[in-house]
Amino acid sequence: MTTTLVSVTSGRLGRARSRALLTGILAAVVVALVATSLMVGQTFYGPGEVLRVVLGQHVPGASFAVGELRLPRTTLALVAGLALGLAGVTFQTMLHNPLASPDVIGISSGASAAAVVAIVVLRLPESLVSLVAIGAALLTALVIYLLAYRDGVVGTRLILIGIGISAMLDSVVSYVIVRAATWDLQTAMRWLTGSVNGAVWSTVAPLTLAVLVLAPVLLAQARPLRLMQHGDDAAAALGVPVERTRVIAILAAVGLVALATAAAGPIAFVAFLAGPIAARIVGPGTSLMVPAALVGAVLVLGADLVGQHAAGNRYPVGVVTGVLGAPYLVHLLIRTNRAGGSP
Amino acid sequence: MTTAHTLVAEAVTLAYGDRTVVEELDLRVDDGRITVIVGANACGKSTLLRALARLLPPSGGRVLLDGKELHRQPTKEVARTLGLLPQSPVAPEGIVVADLVARGRSPHQRLLSRWSGADDLAVAEALDLTGTSDLADRVVDELSGGQRQRVWIAMALAQRTDILLLDEPTTYLDICHQVEVLDLLTDLNRDRGTTIVMVLHDLNLAARYADRLVALSRGRIVASGDPSEVLTPAVIRTVFGMSSEVVPDPVSGRPMVLPVGRHHSGRLAATA
Amino acid sequence: MTAVLDSPPRGAARPRSVTASPRLAGLALAVAALGVLAVLSVTLGVRDVSLEDLLAALGGLDENVSQAAVHKRLPRTLLAMLVGAVLGLAGAVMQGVTRNPLADPGILGVTAGASLAVVVGIAFAGLSSPTGFIWVAIAGAAVSAVLVYVVGSLGRGGATPLKLALAGAATSAAFSSLISAILLPRIAVMDSFRFWQIGGVGGASLGRIGTVLPFLLVGTLLCLVVARGLNSLALGDDLAAGLGERVALTRAAAATGAVLLCGAATAVAGPIGFVGLVVPHACRLLVGSDHRWLLPLSMVVGAALLTAADLVGRLVARPSEVDVGIVTALVGAPVFIVVVRRMRGRTL
Repeated sequence: MTTTLVSVTSGRLGRARSRALLTGILAAVVVALVATSLMVGQTFYGPGEVLRVVLGQHVPGASFAVGELRLPRTTLALVAGLALGLAGVTFQTMLHNPLASPDVIGISSGASAAAVVAIVVLRLPESLVSLVAIGAALLTALVIYLLAYRDGVVGTRLILIGIGISAMLDSVVSYVIVRAATWDLQTAMRWLTGSVNGAVWSTVAPLTLAVLVLAPVLLAQARPLRLMQHGDDAAAALGVPVERTRVIAILAAVGLVALATAAAGPIAFVAFLAGPIAARIVGPGTSLMVPAALVGAVLVLGADLVGQHAAGNRYPVGVVTGVLGAPYLVHLLIRTNRAGGSP
Repeated sequence: MTTAHTLVAEAVTLAYGDRTVVEELDLRVDDGRITVIVGANACGKSTLLRALARLLPPSGGRVLLDGKELHRQPTKEVARTLGLLPQSPVAPEGIVVADLVARGRSPHQRLLSRWSGADDLAVAEALDLTGTSDLADRVVDELSGGQRQRVWIAMALAQRTDILLLDEPTTYLDICHQVEVLDLLTDLNRDRGTTIVMVLHDLNLAARYADRLVALSRGRIVASGDPSEVLTPAVIRTVFGMSSEVVPDPVSGRPMVLPVGRHHSGRLAATA
Repeated sequence: MTAVLDSPPRGAARPRSVTASPRLAGLALAVAALGVLAVLSVTLGVRDVSLEDLLAALGGLDENVSQAAVHKRLPRTLLAMLVGAVLGLAGAVMQGVTRNPLADPGILGVTAGASLAVVVGIAFAGLSSPTGFIWVAIAGAAVSAVLVYVVGSLGRGGATPLKLALAGAATSAAFSSLISAILLPRIAVMDSFRFWQIGGVGGASLGRIGTVLPFLLVGTLLCLVVARGLNSLALGDDLAAGLGERVALTRAAAATGAVLLCGAATAVAGPIGFVGLVVPHACRLLVGSDHRWLLPLSMVVGAALLTAADLVGRLVARPSEVDVGIVTALVGAPVFIVVVRRMRGRTL
C-alpha cells in the first residue's frame, strides 16, 4: 500500500514536472519566433530597437516597419495560431478523434464559402467580409450540430455530417472561383489559402479580444472534456454534465475558429495538426489545451517566416502549412488508423 | 466504511425516442449487497442500469437516490455516491494506467482545486485492490483484456462511491479473468460494504456471485430474489424461452442451469 | 451500353425471381424518364425550341437559330447522359467494393486527386491537350483512390464508413492545399485550370466526347462484368471466398473500372460530386441490393439525374448558367446527410 502510494505520487509528480518543462520550452519557442519575426525583414532591427517600438517610443525607420507592418502581422500570426490550435484540440478531444478538427468537419468551409461569395459575388468591403465569414462559420456549426442531433449527438455522426456539409460548401467555393473575374480571383484565392499579409489592427484586435475571453472559457472545460474521452456514459458517471460541456466547448471553439478564419483565412491544417503534435511533445494523459495552443502559434509564426524569407516567391502562410502539413497529415491518418484509435 | 443509501426505481418507463424498452418497472436496490440483473438480449438490462445511473432520464416514473429524485440532483454530487462502469469505455491513446485511474477522482475535485494527498491515496488503494499497482506506469493500450478491465474497475474504485453499477464487467474476458473480476467485486462488497448492481450474461456465474438475482424479460421483472428462488426451469423458460434443468452447483451449492436443447432431451426423459 | 440495357441480367427470367417484374418496371420507368429529360434538355434553354424545329434539326437541317441551338445542345445532352451514367455506375461499384454506403468519388478524394494531377500537368509538363488531361486525370484518380482506400482500411474494422470518409476528406484537404500552392504564383496556370474546370458539360463537343469514349466503354464493361461478384463480396471477403469468388480479382477489376470511369468523367466534365453517392441509394430503394440490377439502373438514373441537373442549372439562372456540379452538390449533400442519420451508431 505505502509503496504503491509512493510510486503513484512520484510517478504523477514526475510526469507533471516533465509536462510543465516541455510546455515551458514550447512557450519559449513561441517567444523566440515572435521576436524573430519582429526583428527580421527587409531591414534588420535589433532587439533593443524592437523593444523600444513595442513600448511606444519613436524610433526612426523602425517605428514604421516594426510598429505598423511587423507588429500587427506578428500579432495576427500569434493569436490566430493560438486560436486555431486551441479550437482544434477542443474538437479532437470532444469527438475523441484526432482527425475531427474544425477544418475537416466543415466549419472553416462555411467561413470560406461565405467569404468567397462576399468577395466575388456581392463585392463587399474587406471588413464586412470578415463579419460575414464569422456569421457563416457559426451558422454552419449550428446546422451541423442540429443535423447530427438525434437522441444526443454521436461524435461519428457529427463528423460525417460535417464532411458532407463541407463537400457541398467546397463545391460552392469552386463554382464561385471558376466564375470569378481574374482580378477578384487573386483576392479570393489568397483569402482561401490563409494569409497574414496586410494585417491591420482593426482585424487583429477583435481576434485578440476573442482569444482573451474564450481561451479561459475553454480552459475551464479542460477537465470535463478530458473525461469525455472515455465516452459519454463514462464521463456522465464521473459527474460531467455532458451535453452542457459539449455546447460550451463547441460555441467557444467555433467562435475562435470563426474569428481566426475571418482575420487570416483558413490557414490549412493548423487546427488539425496542433493537437497531435502537442500530444507527441508532452505526452497524452493530460489536458492538451495549453500545449496545443502553443504549437498552433509555433506553426503559424514559423510558417509565416518560412513563407516570407525561405522561398524565392513570397508564399502566404497557408500554402506553407498546407504543403508541410499534407504529408504529416497522411502519416497521422495511417498511424491513427493502424493504432485502431477510433473504429 | 460506507453510509447507508437507498436507490429505488419507482414505476420507471424508459424509452429511446418513441421505442419503449422498459415499462413501469419497480426496483429497490438492496443496500450493501450484490444485485445481478439477468435476461435475454435486448430485454432492457443495460437500459435499466443506465437509468439507475441517471444516464437516461425516465419518460415515466422516477429514480430516487436517498429519497431525492436522481435526475434533479447535481450530477457531480451523484458521482460521489454512485459510480458506473459502462460496457465499453474508451481509453485515450497513450494514457498510462495511473493517469487513467486518477481520472476517477474528478468528482471530488473543483475547478481550481489542486490534486491532494487524499487523491493519491485513493488511486494507490484502487491500484492495490485490483492488483494493478505493478502496471501503474504502463500504457493502457498495451495491456491484455483482463488487465485492462481491472484498470477500469480501479478507476471506478478510485471514485470511492458507496454504490457501484457495472454493465457486463466480464465481457471479452476468458473464464479465469471473469472469475477474477467477480471475486474482486465480491471482496469489495464484503470488505467495504459497497453496494453492487451489475448486468451479467452468464447465468451460472450470476447465481454464484449474486446475493439477489433480478430476471428481466421484455422490460419487466419476471422474478427477483435469492438465486435459488429465481433460477427455476419455469423462470428460465419465461425469460429465455428455453427448457433447462437446474441442479445444485457442486462448488457453491447455488443453482446451476443446464440448457437442454433439442438433441439431448431424450436422455433426460430416460433418466427421469 | 444499350446492349446491356436490352438484355436483362441473367437469372431475371427464372421463375423464382418473383420480384423481376417490379424491377423491370422500375428500369423501364427510369429509361422513359431519361428519354423525356433528354428531349427537354435539347429543347429548353436560353431559347426554347419547338418540336418542329427539333425534328428538323435532328434530320440534319441547320437553317435557323433554333435548329442551331439543337445542334449545340445535342453534344451537351449526350455528355451529361454519359457522365451521369458512368458516375452513377462508379458510385454503385465503389459502394459495393468497399461495402460502404458513403463511398462516392467526391467524398473519397478521387476527384481531388484528378484535379491535382491536372494542375501538376499544366504547371510542370505544359499539358494542354484534352487527351493528355484524360491520362493525367485518370492517373491522379487512381493514385488517390488507392491512397485513400489503403489509409482508410488500416487498423481495426477495415474500411469503415467513418475512416474512409475521414481519409478522403483529409486527402482532399491535403490535395487542395497543394493545388493552391502550385496555382498561387502562376496566374496563367490558374486560368487554364479554371478553363478545364469550367468545362462542366457546357463545353461539350463531339470531339471531346470521342476522346473519353474508349475509357468510358472499357470502365463500364469492367464494372458490369463483376456485378455478380459484387453480390458475393457484399457478404464479406471470407464468405465470398467460401462461395468460390476470386475476391482479389473481382475487387481489382471493379476498382479499376470505377477509377477509370471517375478519372475520365472528371477529365472531361470537371469535378461533379454526389452523383455517385445519391444514385445507387435511390436505385437500391427501387430494385434492392442485387448488383446485376443495381448497376444498369444506376447508369440510367445517373444519366437522368445529371441531365436534369444540367437542365435545372440552365433554366434557373437564364440567361446565365449554374454548373451541374453545384446543382448535384446542393441536391446530393442533403441525401448524404439523410443516409448518415439513418445509419445506426454501430455501423459507423
